[in-house]
Amino acid sequence: MSDFWTRRGRARVRTLRAGGFRMREKPGCCDGGPEGLHPPSDDDDDDLVDIAGATLDFSSTDDVPPLSSGGYEEHRSRAGMNGNGPSNLMDPLEDPVPGLGTYEDFNTIDWVREKSKDRDRHREITKNSRRSTAALLHSVSDAFSGWLLMLLVGLMAGALAGGIDIAAHWLTDMKEGVCLRGFWFNREHCCWTSETTFQDRDRCAVWQTWGELITGTSEGALSYILNYLLYIVWALLFAFLAVTLVRAFAPYACGSGIPEIKTILSGFIIRGYLGKWTLITKTVTLVLAVSSGLSLGKEGPLVHVACCCANILCHLFTKYRKNEAKRREVLSAAAAVGVSVAFGAPIGGVLFSLEEVSYYFPLKTLWRSFFAALVAAFTLRSINPFGNSRLVLFYVEFHTPWHLVELLPFVLLGIFGGLWGALFIRANIAWCRIRKTTRLGRYPIVEVLAVTAVTALVAYPNSYTRMSGAELISELFNDCSLLDSSQLCGYQQPANISETGVGNSLADRPAGPGLYTALWQLALALLFKMLITVVTFGMKVPSGLFIPSMAVGAIAGRLLGVGMEQLAYYNHDWLIFRGWCTPEADCITPGLYAMVGAAACLGGVTRMTVSLVVIMFELTGGLEYIVPLMAAAMTSKWVADAFGREGIYEAHIRLNGYPFLEPKEEFEHSSLAVDVMLALLTQESMTVGEVEALVENTRYSGFPVVVSQESPRLVGFVLRRDLVISIDNARKRQDGVVSASLVVFSEHAPPQASDGPPPLRLRGIMDLSPFTVTDHTPMDITVDIFRKLGLRQCLVTHNGRLLGIITKKDILKHMAQMANRDPDSILFN
Amino acid sequence: FEHHRYDLKMKSLFFIESVFLAGVVLLSQVTAKNSEDIRCKCICPPYKDVEGQIYKQNVSLKDCNCLHVVDPMPVDGKDVEAYCLRCECKYEERSSGTIKFTIIMYLSILGLLLLYMVYLTLLEPMLKRRLFGHSQLIQNYDDVGDQQPFANAHNVLSRSHSRPSMLNKVEHAQQRWRRQVQEQRKSVFDRHVVLS
Repeated sequence: MSDFWTRRGRARVRTLRAGGFRMREKPGCCDGGPEGLHPPSDDDDDDLVDIAGATLDFSSTDDVPPLSSGGYEEHRSRAGMNGNGPSNLMDPLEDPVPGLGTYEDFNTIDWVREKSKDRDRHREITKNSRRSTAALLHSVSDAFSGWLLMLLVGLMAGALAGGIDIAAHWLTDMKEGVCLRGFWFNREHCCWTSETTFQDRDRCAVWQTWGELITGTSEGALSYILNYLLYIVWALLFAFLAVTLVRAFAPYACGSGIPEIKTILSGFIIRGYLGKWTLITKTVTLVLAVSSGLSLGKEGPLVHVACCCANILCHLFTKYRKNEAKRREVLSAAAAVGVSVAFGAPIGGVLFSLEEVSYYFPLKTLWRSFFAALVAAFTLRSINPFGNSRLVLFYVEFHTPWHLVELLPFVLLGIFGGLWGALFIRANIAWCRIRKTTRLGRYPIVEVLAVTAVTALVAYPNSYTRMSGAELISELFNDCSLLDSSQLCGYQQPANISETGVGNSLADRPAGPGLYTALWQLALALLFKMLITVVTFGMKVPSGLFIPSMAVGAIAGRLLGVGMEQLAYYNHDWLIFRGWCTPEADCITPGLYAMVGAAACLGGVTRMTVSLVVIMFELTGGLEYIVPLMAAAMTSKWVADAFGREGIYEAHIRLNGYPFLEPKEEFEHSSLAVDVMLALLTQESMTVGEVEALVENTRYSGFPVVVSQESPRLVGFVLRRDLVISIDNARKRQDGVVSASLVVFSEHAPPQASDGPPPLRLRGIMDLSPFTVTDHTPMDITVDIFRKLGLRQCLVTHNGRLLGIITKKDILKHMAQMANRDPDSILFN
Repeated sequence: FEHHRYDLKMKSLFFIESVFLAGVVLLSQVTAKNSEDIRCKCICPPYKDVEGQIYKQNVSLKDCNCLHVVDPMPVDGKDVEAYCLRCECKYEERSSGTIKFTIIMYLSILGLLLLYMVYLTLLEPMLKRRLFGHSQLIQNYDDVGDQQPFANAHNVLSRSHSRPSMLNKVEHAQQRWRRQVQEQRKSVFDRHVVLS
């Protein structure tokens, strides 16, 4: 025993905690009691299911016969595969130990191990399938289960998204009034059949504002004040409910969720983050948060909701329940589903998952994502939440051509988007850091209420901030037709109205007083949105950021578009307008500018490019605007990257210190892979007591096994969790295991005194093929190995002798150090 | 034991699925086509001396055009074409059943959550105090050493009564869930280590 401590004392350079392991800080669960060693399926997400399961005890237990012993099979075959170890070393009486090969909370998975586990399982099934029909059926169902799961995810996420859309729409309108025909109708559906005249086409008798309902008239100051007051009261109520529900039931439901999902997809484990309570709470509170009028959107949280659905449904299939890597493939697809239902853009969703969220994205996942996104979009379409047969509120359809000269304003919009993106990220991160470190963070509920109050107070007088973000975007995207009654279309009507064009293709017209009012209101709205979004994103309610940033861009774009239009109208003899913008032509579409601006701002904030353009063109249903969108998106990315390479999600990942190894970055420092040393296990000379003491006194998440202390040649690698569970299990169930029993990792037990207790054989839990590098491997290669293979740890050898270990966390800390950041900011400690 | 647990989980998930399916069936019954749910809306702007007008008719998609919907036609035969060209007709479909179902469902879930929250924060500590008096409370605090009072209510409740095993299971699960939520709350709201 003392030998270990001297060895540890000699540890070189710095001894880092391995593997991103984190002890639970709760007293009473770390004292080695059975509580602390509880098998992982216990704290597997949450326990709603267990409650339900208790009532279903009586139903049949044999519907999954071949799979239920999967753990054991897997386990044995793994030992056989890796080390050719004869399986007779495994005690035949020993049951498969539950929880082997699983991970602690806030830990990183080992992709290589998980993938090889799956391959072994697959091989086993294929081998068995030749033997009997039942096994053949099993193999077929196993192959099919991935697609079935995708189908279910698509259906569930689509249905939830439809529900969220309907409920949020209704609750948003609830702030202003109520439908007398049936309280469940929102304003639009309330006036669905009622008779209205052309002049009053925006109102109907059965929809009454609160002021109207109380005072009996829709005119007058009293009614306005009442409406104003009730608007604020409703907004505060919704926000309060949202934040208290989040606090009470699922704190993980707050925020957008995309940074965390990105981290989870890269291999991190946050238990409960994708659980049932998170799903329920997030769905319910998302509606509340969106309808409270705060400057936030539902798109990011929908990705989280879809991932929760996928994670819950994964429990139905053994293949995905037991393998973290396979589950992450499903989650990647679920992220695609989320965007697909948020924007009605299945292809955009798949590309979003590929470009922005996923870490490991094989072709198979691509097809499955595509399928799931399609199913989800179809489900949403059949629910038809907006009553317009579209999947999003701000779907637009215009086909007016654009001229090459207009690329210049589009690029300008791109520059604006980039600047706004960089500025927003800086400001938001600074604000979040203040929240994280100062007293402000101690009053989350007060903070939410204060921001809501300010938002409601300022937003109500201006009609462009009063309406919800999606409605605002929809209005800005829309091209003015002759029939539009909104202020934005307040052009001076041409005198000879009967001869002008028809329907949507109206010639450019001079701006009227209505448009001028709209313009300065929009300018104020732009300023307000820019400021309030910075403080809103990151509050403790579900909050997405797509809609607010798109709104900012759309306002800016529309302003520029109207400006261009008027410029062209009054100066159509200028050189640049000559030839394509004659007085009677409809040459400039302000709606298109709004769209390009929205894309630019979204691109600046999130640094998406391809997926952004595809999402936008799926929104418009026209291919002719790809070039403007591309120009804006690229410019915006260049400009924003000039001020800082991180998008908002990476910035939040870094702020929280999640162990995320960015696959897009290059590691450009040169250092060597010789740094860390840690405690060792020996092959066959340690007793159970010694091993337990070692485990208890260190916090490493894994231990290399060597031949002996004198000749530290590498045998294999044992994960702490597996070790703890196995020993605990053996002590409980196996006779004769006491502190003095030897722990044997070797193939054949050493000869021993006959009176001694029988040895504990643990070769089965040892990874016989750990990754190794030599101490002269350059750091950039090591980083590449970690990044590309998704390793969790890698052993360092020198002349074949074990020298130390490098973990993913060490890599992250090292990279932080090289970038002159505080290495201790990584992961919670 | 562990497999048993998994089986339980599977069972319960199938249970959830069946509830989901039942919901879908119910939904499809509720959403049976309502004649009010289809409309063809034509907005016709002012034309010469004719006022602007909105027409709504319940017609099929292929009949949704100005000639079928605008009735009576306000202009003479030769002007019909010009008038109709400027009208904008939109065919829209909705399902009021789905809307009603969704909203009522949403409100009931929200209500249930709120009730449960109120129960956890207000009623349960009160109930506990009534049942066990002051001394046991203090003892319990010392016992667990946790400053969150309501988190341990169930602990006390379940310890003092021996109940049927199913209820115990439920309670155990609930307790574990609450411990997790508390843990999450600590890391998100108090220590700000995740999601800040």
